[in-house]
Amino acid sequence: MVEQSGVRVVRCGGNKINFRAPIITKDCRFLICGSGDSVKVFSTSTEECVHVLEGHTDQVTGVALNPANHLQVYSCSADGTVRLWDFIDGILIKTFIFGYPILSLYVSEKHAGVIFVIVAMENQNKGENFQLLALHLPKVPDQEVEAKDMFAVLCDISPNPGSTAFGQGGEYIASALGLRLNVYFFRKQKTYRFSLKATDKKGAKNAFTCVACHPKDDCIATGHEDGKIRLWRNFNQKKEYTYSTQHWHHNAVSSLCFTPEGMHLLSGGVESVLVQWHCEEVNKKDFLPRLGGAISHIAVSSDGQMYCTSHSDNKINIIHCSFKLSAVIQGLVKGNIWTDLVIDSRTKALVMNGRPGHLQFYSLQQDKQLYSLDIVQQEYIYEEGLDQFEVMKAVFDVRGNWLATVEERGRDSDLEFALKLWGFNESAQSLELNTTITAAHQDRITSMCFSPSTETTMLVTAAKDGQFKVWLLGTDSETQKEQASWSCDFVGSYHGLQPTNCCFSSDGSLLAVSFEEVVTVWSSDTWGLLTTLCQPPGPIRELCFGRLSCSKYLLATTPKNLLCWNLLTCSLEWSTPMDVHLLRSDPLSDIIAAFCLHSKSSNLFVFRPSEPRPLFTQKAVCEGKVQRCVFAPRAEPLDSCDERFQWLNRSRLYYLTEKMELLSFSTQTEDERILKSRKQLLVDDSVAVTPFYLLLGKHRRQQEEEDKLNFMTNKVSERTQHPQASVAVKELLHTPAHVLPAASFLCSMFVNSLLISNTESREEKQPSEKDEDSDKEEDDSEEEMETGDGQQEIRTQGSVEEAPPKLSKAEEKELRRVRKTDFSWVTSLSSS
Amino acid sequence: MGEFKVHRVRFFDYMPSAIRALAFQPQREKIAVARTSGSVEIFNCADRFFQEKIIPGREQAATEALAWVGDRLFSAGLNGVISEYDLENQKVKYTIDAFGGPMWTIASNQQGTHLAVGCEDGTVKLFEVCEGKIQFEKNLAKQKGRILSLSWHPSGSRIVAGMMDMIRVFNTETGQSVHRLLVERGIGASRSVECVVWGVVYLSDGTIISGDSSGKVKIWDDLTGTLIKSHQVTKWDVLALSVSQDETSVVAGTSEGTVVQFQFLSVVLGQEDKEWVQTRIFKNHTHDVRAVLELGTAVVSGGMDTQFVVRPLLDKIEERGPECVLRKIQFPHRSLVSCAKKAGLLLFQYPGHLELWRLGESDGHGASGSVLPVKRKPEKLLHLKIKGEEHICCSAVSPCGEWIAYSTVASFRLYRLHCDNNNVSITKVSKLPKVLSSANQICFSSDSSKLFAASTCSSVHVVSLSQTVHKFVCTLKPKSGETLLTTAVHLLAASEDGKWLASANSDREVQIYNLTKMKLHSTVPVYNSGVTAMAIHPTTNNLFMVHADQQVFEYSIEEKKYTDWSRQVQRNGLHYLWLARDTPVTNVTFNPKNPTHIILHDAYMFCIIDQTLPLPDSSSQFYNQLTLRSLPEKDRTKHSHAFKMCKTFKELMFVELMEDQSLVAVERPLVEIAAQLPAPVRQKKFAT
Repeated sequence: MVEQSGVRVVRCGGNKINFRAPIITKDCRFLICGSGDSVKVFSTSTEECVHVLEGHTDQVTGVALNPANHLQVYSCSADGTVRLWDFIDGILIKTFIFGYPILSLYVSEKHAGVIFVIVAMENQNKGENFQLLALHLPKVPDQEVEAKDMFAVLCDISPNPGSTAFGQGGEYIASALGLRLNVYFFRKQKTYRFSLKATDKKGAKNAFTCVACHPKDDCIATGHEDGKIRLWRNFNQKKEYTYSTQHWHHNAVSSLCFTPEGMHLLSGGVESVLVQWHCEEVNKKDFLPRLGGAISHIAVSSDGQMYCTSHSDNKINIIHCSFKLSAVIQGLVKGNIWTDLVIDSRTKALVMNGRPGHLQFYSLQQDKQLYSLDIVQQEYIYEEGLDQFEVMKAVFDVRGNWLATVEERGRDSDLEFALKLWGFNESAQSLELNTTITAAHQDRITSMCFSPSTETTMLVTAAKDGQFKVWLLGTDSETQKEQASWSCDFVGSYHGLQPTNCCFSSDGSLLAVSFEEVVTVWSSDTWGLLTTLCQPPGPIRELCFGRLSCSKYLLATTPKNLLCWNLLTCSLEWSTPMDVHLLRSDPLSDIIAAFCLHSKSSNLFVFRPSEPRPLFTQKAVCEGKVQRCVFAPRAEPLDSCDERFQWLNRSRLYYLTEKMELLSFSTQTEDERILKSRKQLLVDDSVAVTPFYLLLGKHRRQQEEEDKLNFMTNKVSERTQHPQASVAVKELLHTPAHVLPAASFLCSMFVNSLLISNTESREEKQPSEKDEDSDKEEDDSEEEMETGDGQQEIRTQGSVEEAPPKLSKAEEKELRRVRKTDFSWVTSLSSS
Repeated sequence: MGEFKVHRVRFFDYMPSAIRALAFQPQREKIAVARTSGSVEIFNCADRFFQEKIIPGREQAATEALAWVGDRLFSAGLNGVISEYDLENQKVKYTIDAFGGPMWTIASNQQGTHLAVGCEDGTVKLFEVCEGKIQFEKNLAKQKGRILSLSWHPSGSRIVAGMMDMIRVFNTETGQSVHRLLVERGIGASRSVECVVWGVVYLSDGTIISGDSSGKVKIWDDLTGTLIKSHQVTKWDVLALSVSQDETSVVAGTSEGTVVQFQFLSVVLGQEDKEWVQTRIFKNHTHDVRAVLELGTAVVSGGMDTQFVVRPLLDKIEERGPECVLRKIQFPHRSLVSCAKKAGLLLFQYPGHLELWRLGESDGHGASGSVLPVKRKPEKLLHLKIKGEEHICCSAVSPCGEWIAYSTVASFRLYRLHCDNNNVSITKVSKLPKVLSSANQICFSSDSSKLFAASTCSSVHVVSLSQTVHKFVCTLKPKSGETLLTTAVHLLAASEDGKWLASANSDREVQIYNLTKMKLHSTVPVYNSGVTAMAIHPTTNNLFMVHADQQVFEYSIEEKKYTDWSRQVQRNGLHYLWLARDTPVTNVTFNPKNPTHIILHDAYMFCIIDQTLPLPDSSSQFYNQLTLRSLPEKDRTKHSHAFKMCKTFKELMFVELMEDQSLVAVERPLVEIAAQLPAPVRQKKFAT
């Protein structure tokens, strides 16, 4: 197998934002958290992602504000580096190379130039062992520095970052592991150890779960397995230490945090209730219930105005200090996934199980949840062992007008399920429940699909009761005309066998239904059985029609073989002995992706049904079995010239691993493009990214693109066109001062940019209407802002077939009108 | 170990009374406990909290508070009188009416010169402590509302009084009120109810700490009279407060049964700035904690659930030892049951009456551990109510079952029992010798011909009993003429052959008298722990003694020295698990069939010491009954040692071997005591 150097596996969105505790910046405007390989900066007021700080090559395992400069943030990662970022502008300032995977990061104001990291201990043969190191950051102006000056502070500590905390003024560090609390005093260089018994008479589980230190007093709060919170004092004595115990949580306390003045202690656990303890009045506490999943981390801003909680359902809640929920940042919920990964063709969002009983619509481009659709429409009760309705299947039709869902409850004997059909309401711009069919089949529905044909809206369901049913949207004349509902049109079966899969051909004329080991092909017009295909024996696992040029092929997988039939000849075209467990066709091209498990890792094969040779193979795309996969259409196609990667041009293949990681492939060209877009400095953050801003900014950006297109076609230096807008000036004005080169260096560039170039005559040949627009643009350049997604820039280099949309006359007029409207109120609103 | 037919007696409805007040005497390390029945008990902290003395109560005594002045103990009660106790002879020395109505509190200053009492009528009365009496000195400025708690400033110049809705600080020189600190009422429904300041503590740095019925512990500054900090400790009342000697720790008892500790800690380590911080919560009670003491090394608490709880503070104890265990003292450390071995009768002593029961009978034989069928049910023969207000302090039934004697502080009574088939009648013996006015301990000789009554100054009166004439024989006195102040005898033991009598007093002295010569035979060397149980062996005439620190001694009366076995025990040392037992042995008895066996019991087990077997060393398994049973017959002897423990019974009050080789075990399960207590305050429990 040739090493595919051009393609790499990337985590591409839907990453965990709850892996480590987030931080809130000093001014409370941003929330910074690690997300996969990157650090994300969210706006606390609008919940939008403002920057993605990319550079780490492995899981980011901690973020911390630079105590010396509150506009900078440190991040550490399992790739063994600590990076210092300017999160306002989203640029990497420095990289400290440490060399070993870092599990967590701590900073303290008292220890300037030192950061503390948790790493796995070396030379330990029995089990995992972790230690806390103090890492001196060398003061060298280089971008990349090796940090080798370190010493061990505490050995044998918990890898959980919540189990270690800095005490008042950085005087000591408290760390808990199992039943032992260690307090290390930096000044005395002495460690005090306090142990609890594993259980006491009342059967309490005393193991420590988390630690927090009071910011003003010498008081350590510890959370315990049984939900108790202990407040330790006088811990600089071996014997005369003392603690008081508080108990509210009924299960383990997962996170503790003091407010900056030490007035309150916040605690959270699996109950998903944020508890605020008053340190002065011990018995008084406030509760903020129903926050979502179990609380995993709590963080407080440095002025105490904002709290944030991360939850197990990949969510960050931002809570005002008056104990009101102010914003929710929702990532991709990765709980139990029963549905396939589905792409909603309207929003291009990934649809899958989200919160219990819901489907989540997740935008992969923007990496955020669009919305969550309540399918079950029943209150979910958080209790173990309770059998509740869950969405098991979800299918969209081709245009995204219809959604069919199946929800289930109970085991085989007392199975309850319902088939629901949701229509898209144009006026409300949302999916609305159209029909609920409670007993669509006698037994569990195994597969369903919509017909891709444009004339009829048709759904086929196959169930374990040995039947497949065809459902049609009919306008029942007897009932209300506008309210079309679904009804059964045809019931088919084949020798009483259980149907396992069903699939429509790309034009919708043929329906293939697999009955255990037999594939039947039906005509969708007459519902007559056309043919049966059953060459090599074996139960059919997956069924899939070829598309576009390969639409005459029908593919199926059995535990032993991958089969391909030619439907014109009704004969087996080819078959290969391969244990394919996942087969998915790209809706935009004729290629098909197959995953097969080989020696505990999954291999990917991409092929055209017409050619027996695979187009592309990648071994070991992930550990374990690939659970689900989907082709998601790209917003703008790539124009990769390499033949092997052309299949990635129009769609992107996403797959979900056993560890619930959403992975994808990225080509070199794509990487380069992202890198390029990142290099452009982000400017002007005085306006928060609000939906209004995006609305206004869209037009602005379009204009910009056209400008750039012009530069490219004209091959004219950009610098000379408009002095104010020239890149040099822009860079000069908008680059943060601390990363600017010397002024002497800039001077010549700046002066050069002011010189009137002799190419001006050629400038005059620019189309006049564009000039006009761009001139006007300069006026409100203050509102200019570029988001980090870089989509628009990509378009400029895009393929020829996807030229930027030309505006019609009417549209242009409308745009002008919009532009002239006074939007200054938006600015005032957003800045307030 | 041997098999016994066991009478499991559950009809002794012993009900201890609630603890009302605690007072600590730091020099002698003694704690005085006042119970609602009016009785006062003295516990010795240095001697494993052994209950050295019991001063029986009386009807309507209603002791509310206790105070030590040096070695003298005073109490004040709702009956309006101040009492001083005679601790030597275990009775009230005198009472003095304070003329202020019911009294809620009494406090002495550290100098030991004055007593202050708080009265219902709102006065704080100062008494001067004089030799042998107290003298009224003055009233402090009279206030409206009752005085519920008092605390002297260690200098003695000021006194703080907890009242209804307020705290007052008085100058003791002028008698004028210096500060009036208003205490806010509880919120909600309790807003209309007055806030009762149940406890105050005055610290030497001028800090006043108060506990009140709104559930708060408040810290005040007496210079400015302002509230520094308020801790909401409970939803109910804070009933008691106590401060440690070094004033770094305060404990508060609450209605929820918890004891909350506050510590004076530096907020930032290493700095002088200190603050009172709520730290630990001890929950050892089910009901109101009415009294607490912070001893420095332990927190002692008592309350409505009648338990006397000692919770050691492990952080203050230097080395692990017997002080490190949590003690819950439920039963008195002396026997309330006496038994007529020959007649099969049991005499139960209640505060106000006696009950005589005949044991049931069974002729069945069953396997070990099985329940035998009862042929005759146990029968209550007698219910003897006492005359007068005083409570019984001791009682006894003669071994033949013919005589019953009891004594209160004021009177001594002897009854003769006539058992004629089912007819039971008693006659009071009217003509008793004059000397028998009261007794601290009563004992009959084994042939029931003599009555021994321990009296004041460790003297024992001997009275010979016969059908008609009851003759005073003599008074046995300890030889030492100079020690007139010797304390009362709390244990008496007569030998089986009628030759010897042993007496033990709370000064830990054990005297042996020769009854034939009617004079002191010898004195056992004084050991530094009180004798909790003793008996004279029927065949060897060795005196067997068990002390509060669980040490056992065997003293040969004839040879006037410790026996070889006893020396061997002292040389070897006892097993650490035996020494760690937290309740004292309260009865010793012997098995006439097997003279080497000694039967002991404490509240949780009874034990047979086999003197022929080797003593356990520290490495051997102490509680080895189960392992022995699993071993084959041959190996048993190799592993067995002298101590055989039996824990099959619930909380034991008395164990005795009867004449017919059946064992009587009087059980009093704590759950039954708890069931008779009033309902505790309502508390929300999780998941209910």
